[in-house]
Amino acid sequence: MPYMAPTRMADALSLLQEAGPRIVAGCTDFFPSRQRGQVSDNLLDITRVAECRGIAPHAGGWRIGAAATWSELVRTPLPPAFDGLKRAAREVGAIQIQNRGTLAGNICNASPAADGVPALLTLGAEVEICALRGTRVVPLSAFIQGPRKVDLGPDEMVSALLIPALSAHARGGFVKLGSRRHMVISIAMVAVLAEITGGRLGDLRIAVGSCAPVATRLPALEARLAGLSRAEVQAADLADPAGLAPLSPITDIRGTAEYRHAVVAELCRRAVLQAGGEW
Amino acid sequence: MDGQISETTIAFELNGAPVRARANPGNRLSEILREQLGARDVKIGCNAGDCGACTVLLDGETACACLVPAQQAEGARVETLSGLFAAEPLARRLAEQFEAHGAAQCGICTPGMMVSAVALLRAVAAPGEDEIQEALAGVLCRCTGYRKIIDAVAGMPGAPAAPGTGHAGAAIRRLDGLAKVSGRERFGDDVAPAGTLEIAIIRAPFHRAAFSFGDLEGWVAGQAGIEAVLTCADIPGQNAFGVIPAFVDQPVFAEGEARFRGEAVAAIVGTPEAIARFDPAAFPVAWAERPAVLTPAEAEAEGAPLVHAERAGNRMCGGFVACGDAEAALARADIVLEGQFETSFVEHAYIEPEAGFAEVVDGRVEIHACTQAPVMDLESLELILAMDRSRIRIVPTGVGGGFGSKLDLSVQPYLALAALKTGRPVRLAYSRVESMQSTTKRHPAEISLRIGAMKDGRLSGFAFSGAFNTGAYASWGPTVANRVPVHASGPYRIADYRAESRAIHTHCPPSGAFRGFGVPQSAIAQETLLDELATALGMDALEFRILNALRDGVPTVCGQVFEQGVGIGPCLEALRAPWAKARAEVAAFNAEAPAHLRRGVGVAAGWYGCGNTSLPNPSTIRAGVQPDGTLVLHQGAMDIGQGANTVISQIFATALGVEVSALTLRNADTDITPDAGKTSASRQTFVSGNAARLCGAALRAAILRQANASDQARLRFEPGRIVVEEGEARHEIATARLEPGLLGYVFWAEETYDPPTRPLDENGQGHPYAQFGYAAQLAVVEVDEALGTIRPLHFVAAHDVGLAINPMLVEGQVQGGIAQGLGMALMEEYLPGRTENLHDYLIPTIGDVPPIETLILEVPDAHGPFGAKGLGEHVLIPTAPALLNAIADASGVRMRAVPVTPSRLRKAIEERENA
Repeated sequence: MPYMAPTRMADALSLLQEAGPRIVAGCTDFFPSRQRGQVSDNLLDITRVAECRGIAPHAGGWRIGAAATWSELVRTPLPPAFDGLKRAAREVGAIQIQNRGTLAGNICNASPAADGVPALLTLGAEVEICALRGTRVVPLSAFIQGPRKVDLGPDEMVSALLIPALSAHARGGFVKLGSRRHMVISIAMVAVLAEITGGRLGDLRIAVGSCAPVATRLPALEARLAGLSRAEVQAADLADPAGLAPLSPITDIRGTAEYRHAVVAELCRRAVLQAGGEW
Repeated sequence: MDGQISETTIAFELNGAPVRARANPGNRLSEILREQLGARDVKIGCNAGDCGACTVLLDGETACACLVPAQQAEGARVETLSGLFAAEPLARRLAEQFEAHGAAQCGICTPGMMVSAVALLRAVAAPGEDEIQEALAGVLCRCTGYRKIIDAVAGMPGAPAAPGTGHAGAAIRRLDGLAKVSGRERFGDDVAPAGTLEIAIIRAPFHRAAFSFGDLEGWVAGQAGIEAVLTCADIPGQNAFGVIPAFVDQPVFAEGEARFRGEAVAAIVGTPEAIARFDPAAFPVAWAERPAVLTPAEAEAEGAPLVHAERAGNRMCGGFVACGDAEAALARADIVLEGQFETSFVEHAYIEPEAGFAEVVDGRVEIHACTQAPVMDLESLELILAMDRSRIRIVPTGVGGGFGSKLDLSVQPYLALAALKTGRPVRLAYSRVESMQSTTKRHPAEISLRIGAMKDGRLSGFAFSGAFNTGAYASWGPTVANRVPVHASGPYRIADYRAESRAIHTHCPPSGAFRGFGVPQSAIAQETLLDELATALGMDALEFRILNALRDGVPTVCGQVFEQGVGIGPCLEALRAPWAKARAEVAAFNAEAPAHLRRGVGVAAGWYGCGNTSLPNPSTIRAGVQPDGTLVLHQGAMDIGQGANTVISQIFATALGVEVSALTLRNADTDITPDAGKTSASRQTFVSGNAARLCGAALRAAILRQANASDQARLRFEPGRIVVEEGEARHEIATARLEPGLLGYVFWAEETYDPPTRPLDENGQGHPYAQFGYAAQLAVVEVDEALGTIRPLHFVAAHDVGLAINPMLVEGQVQGGIAQGLGMALMEEYLPGRTENLHDYLIPTIGDVPPIETLILEVPDAHGPFGAKGLGEHVLIPTAPALLNAIADASGVRMRAVPVTPSRLRKAIEERENA
């Protein structure tokens, strides 16, 4: 089987249907996951497909092509709502990984510790999925179904991430907690999208990664913090378990479940303060 | 349909030239570059994007070549270090800077570092430290501690290109640096011709398992491209190796039962294509997992399975040192503190996995591999191969980091057996996972310690007991067991002392030598409990140490009295000013900072005996003058990045009385260099250095005799002659006119040095070492109490090296050792079966190592060459306890288990809050 690197979406989709290949782009997850003796000669490289390339305005929001890399995202002038996603981008491995790895690959790999997912959740990202039989769009929160499990048929590929129109005043924040400074899989991470109105938190979205099988929003905590001033956020006791209810952290080599529970509220506070800036 | 690229030719630009290569689906760009296009300057450290050694520029952007499908290079511009060095002035200047700072030690990460730095410098002419750290964050270095790399990229002034005389004491550039910064250095996997037969090893998937093979020969016959299979049945000699003669217990291939996960049971030899396709699951071996013991507690439990039938209770050996009456002194002490301490398996994590190449040449087997101990390799292979040593040649390649683990055999027996069985050249490079699974580790320790003191601060009684998890085989476990009781006192006067250690077998990878041989573990217990004692006594932690520090003429716990050269006092005293300054700064910060951020300062000391413990460990150095006047130094002390090639040359040149630039080096090769012993035990500067000094002096004497000149004469080597000048007199020796003798040399000398030691008696009393080196370090940290995270901010390291033969290399050792100590203290924990790669097992990155100030103390040693002492291991002994003491100062919590992960620290802080 050849290495397939089509430039037209129609060809990519035909190959997908006929050959049942593994889809690759930046390969930053693909190669590390290969075991000795695993022959992988059936690869569909989508990085040359025109429809998968670039980051561009789209329907009032933005379209991030499936082949767009983290470095492209960082370089692209984007509204402040993307600041959290950009911070996350700079925490994906190091520059070598950011230059090759793609946002779409990050969500398709569906690691509970995927660096991009929390910020994309706060941005309300949707996933554009193509197949010969048609195109569909699903919310990211529905696309990722579990660790390494996504809503993608064998004849389908992710062609883009779609970010809907967002308030020009919304600002993103992101904090990642790891055991070393760079190139680290997070123990926990938090992304925030916040809007400040009259010195108080307005619309607020908080998403947490590495603390559940899938990164998840914290609606109760969002509701609890909405309307607070900066000083009130600094002083708030956030350890209330109800606010963190959707989380179900586990103990692994990076940290204990208890630890994750103990620090996640503080990370949320810091991400909110970071997103809000000096309000 | 467009876009189908099958087993096809790809075309791209490599270092400015158009190239074509064959690419199959699934091929990595790194493989194509290395095996088809000769770009062996692209190094493979992990094949997973974790280490960055394979970094290249792809259309000007950094990429890990191991993660790029070869086909994605089609039409692209690819640049590697060798091409950048050859063509780009910016890269050439950077190479100069790397040499000027000693920023390349072993050199295995250097291509990745320099390529990343070139990408940065093209974009930012004068980058700041943050920019440098971010740009280089994707490349791991295990030797340097990164600070010299940052200095080099930042364009700080360093050592000049012209070395002057280069004599002992001069901070000259490495003599072997150019190859490292230009991409020319050849490491273990860089010497085999492309297309050479490869070896794949079949390894145990369980901690402990019985196994049996199916029809191996039948299986081989059915496999295209597989030439041979090897098992214990193929070993002509003994199926055992080891480094301590009384404990040679590790099989090349396990027989019947595998005793640790990753142990080799068989190997196959085949073409590169066949080995790439080989699926270990298809190999005809049946496994039956058996109950395993993984900790000393499990291994010492009643009825525990025995790892080795002949070692009852799974006890391999023990060590013991006692003087005075520890219990009586503790009983009369005004205060006694005690503690239990725990450390983890630590992986050496050199960026170069074990690799090599072997071939049979004229009936002799020649093994080119990375090693710290070529002659020990040869001696082991003699027994395994049942071949006379004259038929074995070990040619060490560049060594991409060792730190103790490359003292043991790894790839060598498989290479030799495969070359002999197939009669063809063979190569073998461990994958990162194989390297981590199968090679030695630092011993995990479980330590109980009690220390007593009188109200005036004098120590009164010290009782130490440590269990060391020595894994499935002995390796250097006996050395650890012996060294720990000798060193566990720290560099202090302790009249009443008792320390016992025991090495316990488990079904874990063998624990072996790792920078410090167990002493870093015991120092964690001893130096942190000492700190607590100071607090309990209301004394300053530094002054308490100074009060109790060993001095000249004061006996050690082994009863050894050094009348000179005891440098711990000066090391500690040198920290007085930095200590006061750091404490004041920390207090000022803590007064202003938010409550969750707390800074603290910690201090710790260490000592380390250089050379083998009460055992002979001679080194021999040879030199000669060729008829054409070339001065040749046979320097067999393995340079694993620490700088032996340079330091031994400096010592030799000093003794001979010539400039170091006059030397032509012949580096380690068992056919060419005499045995300079192993690179371990911080012995090369001291022991091989002394041999080099004696050799230089002997050669000088021979030349002076010929010229009938006195020792006041000056020597100069010129083409075809040696010029001997004394006052107004000038004598020329025409070297071509002299009768060549040994090895064709017209003058030659060979000298051996073995440090004077005396055996230890049953109480560990004697003269274990001819010299110790001493160290004291200060660490400043910031603790984020809300998250349990720790940010080291600054180190000051005071090291007594007797005489710094090369101060730049001394700093490089100190900084690199501190980085390893920091990793051990804060993040490194090898869990067999769980952290077998470099993204689950974390070592410090460039962003984790703060500025390090090195204070070089020179308290000369009577035995050291020009007074010099060893250094390599001393450098990390105080680091972990200094950090733990700083954490305690910041947060008031005493961490007694390392690594202090955020989970562990946060839990301790929570307990403090709840108390």
